[in-house]
Amino acid sequence: MSHLLDRLNFFKTLRKDTFADGHGQTTIENRDWEDTYRSRWRHDKIVRSTHGVNCTGSCSWKIYVKSGIVTWETQQTDYPRTRAGMPNHEPRGCARGASYSWYLYSANRVKTPLIRGRLLKLWREKRRTLAPVAAWAAIQSDPAARASYTRIRGKGGFVRATWEEATEITAAANAYTAKTYGPDRVFGFSPIPAMSMVSYAAGSRYLSLLGGTCMSFYDWYCDLPPASPQTWGEQTDVPESADWYNAGYLILWGSNVPQTRTPDAHFYTEARYRGAKSAVVSPDYAEATKFGDIWLNVKQGTDAALGLAMGHVILREFHLDRQVDYFEDYCRRYTDMPMLVLLEEQDGRLIPGRQLRAADLGGLGQANKPEWKTVGFDDSGKIVVPNGSIGFRWGDAGQWNLEQKADGTEVSLKTTLILDTDHDDIASVDFPWFGGLATNGFENDPRGQVLARNVPIKRLTLADGRDVQVATVFDLLCANYGLDRGLGGKNVARDYDADEPFTPAWAERITGVRRDKIIQVAREFAANAEKTKGRSMIIIGAAMNHWFHMDMNYRSVINMLIFCGCIGQSGGGWAHYVGQEKLRPQTGWAPLAFATDWARPPRHMNSTSAWYAHTDQWRYETVSAREILSPTAPKGDWEQLSLIDYNIRAERMGWLPSAPQLRTNPLELGRKARAEGIEAKDYVARELKAGRLEMSCQDPDAPENWPRNLFVWRSNLLGSSGKGHEYFLKHLLGTDHGVLGRDLGQEGRQKPVEARWHDQAPEGKLDLLVTIDFRMSTTAVYADIVLPTASWYEKDDLNTSDMHPFIHPLQAAVDPAYESRTDWEIFKSIAKKFSEVAPEVLGVETDIVQLPLQHDTAMEVTQPHVADWKRGECDLIPGQTAPAYIAVERDYPNLYARFTSLGPLLDKLGNGGKGIGWNTETEVHHLKALNGVHRDGAAKGLAKIDTAIDAAEVILMLAPETNGEVAVKAWNALTKATGREHAHLALPKEDEKIRFRDIAAQPRKIISSPTWSGIESEEVCYNAGWTNVHELIPWRTLSGRQQLYQDHEWMRAFGETFVTWRPPVDLKTISPAAGKLKAGEKHVILNFITPHQKWGIHSTYSDNLLMLTLNRGGPVVWVSEVDARKAGILDNDWIEVFNSNGVLTARAVVSQRVKEGMTMMYHAQEKIVNTPGSQITGLRGGIHNSVTRTVLKPTHMIGGYAQLSYGFNYYGTVGANRDEFVIIRKMNKVEWLDQPATQEAAE
Amino acid sequence: MHNFIFGIFPYIAITVMIMGSIARYERDPFTWKTKSSQLLRKRQFILGSVLFHVGVLFILAGHMVGLLTPIALFDALGISHGAKQLLAVIAGGVAGTLALVGGLLLLHRRLFDPRIRAHSTLADTGIMVLLMLQLLLGLGSIFVSLQHLDGHEMTKLMSWAQGIVYLQAGAADHITDVHWIFKTHISLGLLIFLLFPFTRLVHMVSAPVRYLWRPGYQIVRSRRGARAPVPGVEPLKGDRA
Repeated sequence: MSHLLDRLNFFKTLRKDTFADGHGQTTIENRDWEDTYRSRWRHDKIVRSTHGVNCTGSCSWKIYVKSGIVTWETQQTDYPRTRAGMPNHEPRGCARGASYSWYLYSANRVKTPLIRGRLLKLWREKRRTLAPVAAWAAIQSDPAARASYTRIRGKGGFVRATWEEATEITAAANAYTAKTYGPDRVFGFSPIPAMSMVSYAAGSRYLSLLGGTCMSFYDWYCDLPPASPQTWGEQTDVPESADWYNAGYLILWGSNVPQTRTPDAHFYTEARYRGAKSAVVSPDYAEATKFGDIWLNVKQGTDAALGLAMGHVILREFHLDRQVDYFEDYCRRYTDMPMLVLLEEQDGRLIPGRQLRAADLGGLGQANKPEWKTVGFDDSGKIVVPNGSIGFRWGDAGQWNLEQKADGTEVSLKTTLILDTDHDDIASVDFPWFGGLATNGFENDPRGQVLARNVPIKRLTLADGRDVQVATVFDLLCANYGLDRGLGGKNVARDYDADEPFTPAWAERITGVRRDKIIQVAREFAANAEKTKGRSMIIIGAAMNHWFHMDMNYRSVINMLIFCGCIGQSGGGWAHYVGQEKLRPQTGWAPLAFATDWARPPRHMNSTSAWYAHTDQWRYETVSAREILSPTAPKGDWEQLSLIDYNIRAERMGWLPSAPQLRTNPLELGRKARAEGIEAKDYVARELKAGRLEMSCQDPDAPENWPRNLFVWRSNLLGSSGKGHEYFLKHLLGTDHGVLGRDLGQEGRQKPVEARWHDQAPEGKLDLLVTIDFRMSTTAVYADIVLPTASWYEKDDLNTSDMHPFIHPLQAAVDPAYESRTDWEIFKSIAKKFSEVAPEVLGVETDIVQLPLQHDTAMEVTQPHVADWKRGECDLIPGQTAPAYIAVERDYPNLYARFTSLGPLLDKLGNGGKGIGWNTETEVHHLKALNGVHRDGAAKGLAKIDTAIDAAEVILMLAPETNGEVAVKAWNALTKATGREHAHLALPKEDEKIRFRDIAAQPRKIISSPTWSGIESEEVCYNAGWTNVHELIPWRTLSGRQQLYQDHEWMRAFGETFVTWRPPVDLKTISPAAGKLKAGEKHVILNFITPHQKWGIHSTYSDNLLMLTLNRGGPVVWVSEVDARKAGILDNDWIEVFNSNGVLTARAVVSQRVKEGMTMMYHAQEKIVNTPGSQITGLRGGIHNSVTRTVLKPTHMIGGYAQLSYGFNYYGTVGANRDEFVIIRKMNKVEWLDQPATQEAAE
Repeated sequence: MHNFIFGIFPYIAITVMIMGSIARYERDPFTWKTKSSQLLRKRQFILGSVLFHVGVLFILAGHMVGLLTPIALFDALGISHGAKQLLAVIAGGVAGTLALVGGLLLLHRRLFDPRIRAHSTLADTGIMVLLMLQLLLGLGSIFVSLQHLDGHEMTKLMSWAQGIVYLQAGAADHITDVHWIFKTHISLGLLIFLLFPFTRLVHMVSAPVRYLWRPGYQIVRSRRGARAPVPGVEPLKGDRA
C-alpha cells in the first residue's frame, strides 16, 4: 500500500527461509514494485507487421500496443505449413528484430521536419517577396548564399520546420531544377522495394511522374552478382531456405548463416539432422564454421582458385576418367558446352573467339536473326541450330524452348570432339594467365602472359569463305581447367599433386587450403549430386562478390554446380543470399512504382556508374585498363582508355543508362523537336551526330551535368552503402571530408580521353539533399531537409523475401508518432505541393527520355559486334547502335492527380515483364470497384490510389504472384514464345486473389509465375532454374542455356571468356597515406573486409542502443592476434584505420577468429554513436566506407548483347570494395570533439 | 525576520524535507536514485566523488555530534568548550577541504564537460553549487572561530540547534549576535534541507548499508498472497504455508 511503510519493517524478519547452506534466502518483502514491469508488458491489441530493413528474414511479427504506444514485439507463428516431411518455417525472427520497438520512442527518432537553419533563413527572406520557384532560384543564383548552407552539411544546425515549409522548398527546388537543367537532374535513391514496396513506390512514382532519375541499389551494394546474369540472364534467383532441407551436401561459401540468416538457420541445422553433410568455406572462424563437418579456411580473396581446383577434380573424376550419365545428359541439354567456338588467329596464335552462329555458316536455313543463333554438332556429325538460343526468342514464335530439337527434328548434341573420328586436328590454344599479377601478399605465380593448351578442333569453311577452326565449349573448358586429356602439350595435369593451374596442389599454394581437403570436398560434393541427381547446394553470401574480380569467384562456384547438374534441381543449386532482392509481385508493382500507367519508359540509372562519376571517384582512379586487360585482347585502343572512358563509351552505345542524360534540358529538346515537327529520336540523333548535342556522361563535372536534387528514403546512403564515403562528402556535398589522396591531375598521371577534365574539381554539386527517415542516420545528419517518416510499425505496406515464399504486410499498429508521416503520405504531400508550385514555370511539357538497350526486350539482340557511332564505326540509330530516345508527355500541374490515380496506359498497353506481356483490362476494372474512382479533375473516371492500402491493392491485383487469373494469363503469354504449355502451373489457383486484408490475417504463399524460375507447389520447394530444367524454358542467354562461355568482345579483351584465377587488384592506396605515420611508428597493413554484423543490419541499424550494449557500444574493427601484436594493439584499444581514401576510428577487437593479414569491420557502423575524432583529419571518425573507393569493371558495362544487356538492378557496374588495404595504428590521443556545433552552423 | 529565519523556517525546511521525501518515495519511486554521471565520463569522477563523499559524510557526522550532543555531556566528560571547538575546527577543516576539493572536481566536470552538462538539470547543477557555497561558508567560519578560541560562540549554536530539536520557543534568540557567516551558513543549510526532496540528495537515505550483513547470495522472493494448499500436494518449500 505504501512503499515507505513496507520498508519500515525493522522489527519483522524478512527472512523466511534459507537454503544452500545459508547462501540463499527466501524473503517475504513487498513485491508491488514488480507490477510496474508487468504493466510494461501488458497490451490492448496485437497487430501484424515486420521490419523493412533489407533483411532476407522477412519475418512476420506480432506488435503489441498499449494505450496507443507500441510496447514490444514477438515472432508470429502462423505461417502456412510446408508439406509433410518438411520442417515448418517458424520460428522466424531474431534478437535484432525484437529490439526494433526501441526506435519508435528513442532519442534518435526524427520527430518533426528539420531544415538546415541557414537555408531556412535564406528561404524565408526570399519568400517574403518572391514566389516559391523564384525564391529557390534566387538562393541558387547567389553562390555565397548557396555555399553558406552546403559547406556546413553534416555539422549540425537544424531547426524545426513545418511540413508546409519543408514540402514547399522541396517542390520549388524540383520545379526549378526541371525547368533550368532538366527533370533528370532530380535523383532519388531508395533500395530494396521488397522490404516495403509501397514506400519505395511512393518516391519512385513521384520521381517518375516528374521525369526524375530512380537510382539502382542492388548493383551499387555489390550484392548483384554479375556472374548470375552472365550465366543465366537472370538477376538473381535462388532456392528458398526450406529447400536447404532437401540437400544432401551443403557448402557454405562465405555465408555466415547463423549470424546473418538467423531465422532460416534452423533449416540448416535440420538438414544436418536429416543427414546432410556440410563443408564451410570461410577465411575467418565465423559462426557458421561451427556447423561444418569440414572447414576450409581459404585465404580471403582466393575463392576462385579454390573453386577452380574443385572444378578440376569434378571434371577429372566425373566427366573425363569416368562419365556420369546424369551429368553428361544435363550438360548436353542445359549448358552451352556443346556449342561451337570460333578460334581466332591473332599474331599467329589461336585464341578462343566468338561462339559460332548460324549466320557465320550462311544461316543454315534460319531466316530470323541467324547472327543470334548458336550452333553445335549433332551426333550424326552435322552442324545444327538447336532450339532455344536468343535468336529464337525474338521473331520466331514457338521455338524458344529447350527441347532437344533443331528445325523440328530430334537432335543430340556432341559436347566433345575428343574422339579421333570427331576432330580434324589437335590445336594449341592460348588462355590468358593473370596469376603473375598478384601483389600485397597474395601468392604470386608467374607463368608468362598466356598458357597454351591443346584442344581437339574441327575445320570449317564459313559463308564468307574463311577457313576456320572451331572447338566445343566443353573441350575448351577442360583445357581451361588444365586437365590432361592425353592430347599432349603443356600446362595441363593428370596428377593432382602437379603444380599446374588449376590442380588441388596449385590451389593449396594460392589459397592455403590443404589439397586433400579440396579433393575430399569436391569428390563428396559431386558424388552426392550423382547419387541424388543434383541435390548438392552451395550457399553464398555476398562476401565473395565484393571483390573486384567477383565474377571469377562466382563462376568457379556456379561451374561446380553446373558440372554436377544441380541447378534447377530440388535441394541443389546456387543459393546466393544477400538482401531482400526478391520483389515477388514485381510485375504488379512496377506500374505503380514507375508510373508506367501514365508514361513509359521511366528514367532508371545504375548507381555505381552514377556515383563514380558524380562523386568524382574517377578523378582518383588508381587502376588502369592495362592492369586488368587480357594479353589475348583483340586489337584496339584498350590501354588508352581509363575506366570512366569505358563507361562513357558504354553509355554512348546504349549499353548503360545515363543520368543526367543529355547536357541540354530534355524539356527544351522536346519543345524544339515539336517545333520542327520531327520525331524525338530523329531530332536527338541528328543533333548528336552534328555535335550540337552532347551526352552528359562526357563531362560529369560541368555544372549543367551535376545532380542537383537528391532524395534519399528508406536508405542510409551516406552512412552505409556509399563506397568512397569521403568523396561523397567532398564533391557531391561540398563539406569537410577526409580524402587524403590527390587526383590524377595533381599526380600528373594519365587522364581520361573521353571524359572532359577540369583542373579544379567541383565541390558541392547538390543544391538540395532531402533525407526521409525515422531516425537521425548519417545521411540525415548530412541532409538539408530531413523529413520524419513513419517507422515500420506505423505504416501499411508489403514485404517479401527470397528466403520464403510468403507475402505479408507491414501494418500501422499505431499512428505515426510525433509529426511523422508515412512515405506514401510524404510523397503525396510533396506531389501536391509540386502541382501547386510548378505552374509558376512548368506546364504540360514534352520530355525526351533516353533508354539503354534493355534486357528482355528485342533491343537485347541489336549489337552482335561492337561499333561506336561517335568514332565513325557505324551510323547512329537510336535503339540499335545508341540509346533509344522517346518523347513522353509530362503534365506537371496535374502531377498530384496522376500520382493518386491509376493511369490509362494499363488499359491501353497492358502490363508485363521479362519479355512477355498481357492484357490487364479486367484487373483495372476490379481496381476501380475496389478502390473507387475519381469523380472529377484530371483523373476523372480512373481508379483511386489514395491510401497506402489502395496502393498495395494495385500491386496485389496486377501481379501474377498474387492474382491467379493474371498468373494464368502470364503463363499463356510465355507459351507464345516457347510453344509449350505452361499454364498448368497456375491453373489450380486461377480463382485466387490475395488482398491486403488476407495477408493481414495470415502470410500467404505466392502463386507460380513466369517472372521467376522456380514454382510453388505441393511437390517441391521454390528453387531457381526449376522451370528451365523441368518446363524447358530457356535461360535468357545467348545460347538459351547456362552460359559458361562469355564471348563478347569486351569479355575477350578483359580475359573473362572462361572463369580463371585473377588475384585481387592493387588499389595503391597505402603509400600516399603512409606519410601520416610518424617515423618508426608501429602499425600494420591489412586487407580490409566488411562482412555483415551480429548486432545490426539484419534486421536493425547500428545505432540501436539495445544492440550496442551487447558488443562494445560503438564501431569496432577485428584484428588477428598476430597482427595486433605487430602493431602494439591490445583488445579494446582505440585505433585509427586509414589509407588515401580517408580515415576511420574504432575500437580494436583482437581475436583468434580473424585470419592474419586481414581485418574485418562490420558493415554499416555509423559515426553517430561513440566515435571519436581522427588524429589525422581532426574530423569525427568515419564509417567503414571512409577507406574505400569503388572501381568499375568494363565487362559489367556491356550491353545490347543477349544476357549482357542492361536491366535496372539486373546487369551493370557493381560497387566492389574488398581489394582495399588499410594502415592500422593505435591512437595515442582520443579526442571526442564534444564541442557544440560551430556557432556559424547553429545560426 | 531573524525569528522567522532561525525560529520558524527550520521547521518549514525540515517538514518539507520529510514530507516531500515521503511523497516522492511513494509517488515516484523510480526517480529515487543517485543519477550518477559515471557512465557518461570517467574523468575526474572517482577522485572527485570519493573525496567529496568522504569529506561530506565526516562533516555531517561532525555536525550531528557537535551540535546535538547536550552541552552537559561534554561538561560531564570534562571536555572543555575550547578543546571541542579546536577539535571541530581541525577535523571539520580537514574534512571540509577534502569535500571542497572533491566537490569542485565534480562541479567542474558537470559544468564544463559537454556530455554531462547536456545531461544535467537545474536541480543537479544547482544543488552542487549550493553545496559548494555551503562548504566555503563552513570553512570560512573557521577563521571566525579562531578568533574566539574559548568555544563560547559554539555553545550558542549548539543551544540553538538543540532548542530547535526540543521545540523550545525562542531558540532563535540564542544566536542573535553570532557572526553573520554562521547565520548565512545556517540559512543556506536550512535551504538545502528544504530542497532535499527535489534533488538527487535523497539517495543518501537509501544507502545500501544492509547489504553489508545480508546473509545470502541468492534472494528468492516468496509468492504474493497465500495460496490454498492443493490436497495431497506438499507445499513448495518457498511457498507461504
